[in-house]
Amino acid sequence: MIIKCPYCGPRDVIEFIYQGDATRTRPEPASDDRAAWNAYVYDRTNPSGSHSEYWLHSGGCRQHLLVTRDVSTHAISSVVFARDAAVSAKSGELA
Amino acid sequence: MAEPQSPLGANFVPGNHGNAAAGIGVTLRERKGLSVIQVTAWRDAIPAMLTAIGSATGLALQNKPGLGRVAGEKSVFGFAPGRYFVVSATPDLETRLRSVISPELGTIIDLTHGRTVIRVSGPRSEWVLSKLFAIDFSEHAFPIGSGRATLHHDIHANIQRIDDESFDLYVFRTFARSFWLTLGHAAEEVGYRVE
Repeated sequence: MIIKCPYCGPRDVIEFIYQGDATRTRPEPASDDRAAWNAYVYDRTNPSGSHSEYWLHSGGCRQHLLVTRDVSTHAISSVVFARDAAVSAKSGELA
Repeated sequence: MAEPQSPLGANFVPGNHGNAAAGIGVTLRERKGLSVIQVTAWRDAIPAMLTAIGSATGLALQNKPGLGRVAGEKSVFGFAPGRYFVVSATPDLETRLRSVISPELGTIIDLTHGRTVIRVSGPRSEWVLSKLFAIDFSEHAFPIGSGRATLHHDIHANIQRIDDESFDLYVFRTFARSFWLTLGHAAEEVGYRVE
């Protein structure tokens, strides 16, 4: 599998570390909702098809990436810097 | 100041090696006496940081991925967003960078004693390096002056293209001897000279 890093260009998957499901929402740090924390830590939907996930380009620019990948074909439809995605998600919330 | 010891030690054997009878495909050298500084810009300060690096070194860069420049012993290249290697044979490089880079622009780390710099040059350098690293070494994909961050197994390497057939490899000092041996094995086929 080749991931096209927005900075480094196309690189083999051996340079990357999987960082998990990017669709989870972390509960507020002060939350004592045990069910919400349990869901955040353990519950995964395990979908077939397109999936949003974090990868770390540890063997290159060391940036966290937000990758949209079809988990049944490994076809990658989008790769962006995770921090850019986080900033745009936050500005969407503020708007 | 004490003279730094090369980590290559007894494995640095000058002379011709491998299939050298058919010609020298690559020449391997260790570049010594360099200052190797990593400069990191805060997210919004990248253009100002590039201006500051330009004023300290005379090598101004555009803000594009992997761009770099080389002028004699001096070189600058980017290897990640807002992160640059600044290299020079002048021992006061860090002082000069600190005089123009304020904490508002970013950070400076002296890697001089943490990296070993190996220059691979010769007509078969692209061929030999392609055995070790899974990136495109052809000149259209990897232009002169530009930099890359990649790895050979678990050994990170920052690579800068110096000219059409030369590359500088920056590897962790503690892995340098192991990497040097691997590089020699990869170069045996084409014949190599250690200088």
